[in-house]
Amino acid sequence: MAGIAIAIFLLAFLIFPVLKVIYVAFQDPDTGALTLVNFSDFFSASLFRESFYNSFYVASVSVVFATLFAVPLAYFTTRFNFSGSVLIQTLGIVPLIMPPFVGAVAMKLLFGTNGSINLLLDEWFGINIPFMEGLNGVILVESIHYFPFILINLSAALNNIDRAMEESAQNLGSRGMRLFRRIVFPLAMPGYVAGAALVFIKVFDDLGTPLLLDVNKMLAPQAYLRISSIGISDPMGYVISVILIAFSLFALWTSMLAMRGKDYSTLQKGGGGLAKRDLRSWEKVGCYAVVIFILLLVLSPHVGLLLLSFGTIWSYSVLPDAYTLAHYTQMLASSGQFITNTLLYAGLAALFDVVIGTAIAYIVWRTKLPSRQWLDYMATAALAVPGVVIGIGYLRTFNDVNLPFVDGPVASWWFVIVIALAIRRLPYALRACVAAIQQVSVMLEEAAENLGATKRRTVWRITVPLMTGGILAGFITSFATASVELSATIMLVARESDAPLAFGIYEFMQSASGRGAGAALGVIAVVIVTLATYVSHRIIERGKQQQQSSGNVVREEA
Amino acid sequence: MEKAIQAAGVTIENLSLAFGTTEVLKGVNLEVEPGEFFAFLGPSGSGKSTLLRSIAGFGPTPKGRILIAGEDVAGLPPWSRDVGMVFQSYALWPHMSVAQNVAFGLEERRVARPEINERVADALALVGLSDFAERRPSQLSGGQQQRVALARTIVVRPKVLLLDEPLSNLDANLRTQMRREILALQRKLKLTTIFVTHDQEEANTMSKRMAVLDEGIIQQVGAPMELYDNPANTFVAGFLGTANIFEGKIEKKGKALAFRSRKGTRIPLGGGKAGVAHIVIRPQDMTLTAPGKKKGAKALDGVVTEMEFLGETIRYEIALSTGESLLVDVSHHQNQKHFMAGDKVGVDIDTKRIVTIAK
Repeated sequence: MAGIAIAIFLLAFLIFPVLKVIYVAFQDPDTGALTLVNFSDFFSASLFRESFYNSFYVASVSVVFATLFAVPLAYFTTRFNFSGSVLIQTLGIVPLIMPPFVGAVAMKLLFGTNGSINLLLDEWFGINIPFMEGLNGVILVESIHYFPFILINLSAALNNIDRAMEESAQNLGSRGMRLFRRIVFPLAMPGYVAGAALVFIKVFDDLGTPLLLDVNKMLAPQAYLRISSIGISDPMGYVISVILIAFSLFALWTSMLAMRGKDYSTLQKGGGGLAKRDLRSWEKVGCYAVVIFILLLVLSPHVGLLLLSFGTIWSYSVLPDAYTLAHYTQMLASSGQFITNTLLYAGLAALFDVVIGTAIAYIVWRTKLPSRQWLDYMATAALAVPGVVIGIGYLRTFNDVNLPFVDGPVASWWFVIVIALAIRRLPYALRACVAAIQQVSVMLEEAAENLGATKRRTVWRITVPLMTGGILAGFITSFATASVELSATIMLVARESDAPLAFGIYEFMQSASGRGAGAALGVIAVVIVTLATYVSHRIIERGKQQQQSSGNVVREEA
Repeated sequence: MEKAIQAAGVTIENLSLAFGTTEVLKGVNLEVEPGEFFAFLGPSGSGKSTLLRSIAGFGPTPKGRILIAGEDVAGLPPWSRDVGMVFQSYALWPHMSVAQNVAFGLEERRVARPEINERVADALALVGLSDFAERRPSQLSGGQQQRVALARTIVVRPKVLLLDEPLSNLDANLRTQMRREILALQRKLKLTTIFVTHDQEEANTMSKRMAVLDEGIIQQVGAPMELYDNPANTFVAGFLGTANIFEGKIEKKGKALAFRSRKGTRIPLGGGKAGVAHIVIRPQDMTLTAPGKKKGAKALDGVVTEMEFLGETIRYEIALSTGESLLVDVSHHQNQKHFMAGDKVGVDIDTKRIVTIAK
């Protein structure tokens, strides 16, 4: 029963809207016949060709820069006894607690043509570097934000290489760069590709950052602008959606291809990562220099945002002229609604996610329901669907649906935002729930059934309580990321009273006078996400410790 | 391999090594003959693997000297030592085929391609895996992986072959088979081979000589049978096989020598020096007699507390009147009468076979 209900939910709110979008892209806007004319229109317009090229360029170059940030950091932590490793681990989390679009405006004030850094460079060296000009700005903001995906995946890959892999090569006469090129690098490659593909998709699909940086000639902003200015019948938004989905699928496919048949985590009993060595003092200086440089870069959106939220006037100067709390009072006076909306939407969405996630995890791992795997596949497919596409799909699908207790079409009902958020974050919550259920030994459930508990009672009294840690972590992750989601939200917000925080920040940042308050709201968002991330981190850590102290018997069976 | 390998001896002088403040090796001295099959045997944490790894050049730099064919290699990095090591986990590179794995060391030595191909083919033929050259390691069974690891190491014709727990990842049947194969290979190549194990049966069956290690110190070196029969100390006596070890004094009364344990058990001895000592009695060097039956004058009285049927033998635990206990093995034959827990028995000791270890 639950399985069917979930399947219907996923079909209605994920599969159907996406198929609808794809269908409309191939439909003649006037006659309704199937056609490729929309695609030829798309590629014959120079604006769209340029947008397409720009999106591809920005995503690719962002991967390059993200790689440049991530590779040295991953290498330092895994190869050297480096006291800065804690710093690097922090580096891996700091960017992720702030959505990229929030810091975008602040970055402009720091790195723009008349921003702090260029003012200093001009004063000292008489040069001006266009860090934030056009696409450069998007690339800088995105690569700073998303490089942790590569860092985390690559570090994990390097840590999973058994030391004996390297030692046996040394034993046979290999060393230095040759050793790295022939053994270490190929073994770490799948992890890197997985991280890089993720960065590519995220950047390719991102709507908020280019919008806030006023870069409109990219795919996601074009789709948004077409739909919001011309209307939901304009076919270009759908064509762009199809392209975005195609690239997402392509990137996911690439990373699967890289991973398939190459489960290189080679750790064996008694192994443990590559050999670490001590650094010579000059090497230590070099490492710290690199780490601190990247740290400053990573912290710059946060610092910029703080300065912007406390500064009075900040223009043509290195730092704001003076500091004030006025933006916060202004923000609190006008945007209490944004904050309560966000807590409501993200909270509800996260709740749906863990309920559905737990149910799917249970059905897939504990029942013999036919084609149960498809629930997992369907829910996970949301990963490949950009927010913009969900937004457009919902608008198109639910625009002419009416419910008796809702004013106007369902598409403009606030609850649709909650569903969109829930669908978009479901894959993450699902993975957390699956991890949690895999840690619960079937024997524990069998013991309960043996003592007379029914299936239902067993789930309720044994399985779910043992999964609590994972479920909670899933809830918080969903909550934190949903609370700052912009790309689907921005399309589905019908009136300002229904708008969440991310939308509020976007609105504020549109005008120069609103920036201060927007930044203040941004700081609130960062605080919410930070707190949530910290709590979920603590829960996961505590879960691990419990596993270690009591889990031996449970784990042996698995 | 078409060319015989010039066997090299290994000499270890005063080797000490510490991980931080924990001393793992404490002044090890050892001589391994050229062409010898030698075992490092010890419990986990004894330092045997650390010793093997330091010969290959892994781990912290030790103090002391490691001579291979007379040359001190202690300061050399692993890649210039020419010591072949087979890792416990085999460490086959998953991104390379079997042939690529085996060719790796030759490529690193800049051997010409035609010769590489020839030697790889020879090495794979030697371990019986010619048909598996293009497979990936993940497509092989544990025993096949082990053979690839061996081929990969011997193809470079190292001066010494090191095997780290070579059989520990195989199941019991395969273990016996691999044991024979490795031994046959070693005899064929006449390669100086050192292997590490915690399993005394492995060490006994494979090695010509072995070193028993405990707490970073070599306790005794010698042929397996020699160590079993004449253990130098109580650790070796207890680690190799089962032993009844008593602590006490050897006393001389006139001509008769006798051992008196701390708790007062008196056991007559055939030889030895008076003074504080341990004695070692193997379970198979005693016989049990039923009460009332005629027993030897030197027999001890006791009560059976445990009886374990092991197949070819029955192991009895006997409580002596002094409160001490003894393990006695009696070989088992069909329909033979045996004792049960609670039976009173006499314990006859073959005193000539008692080993005394002076303090």
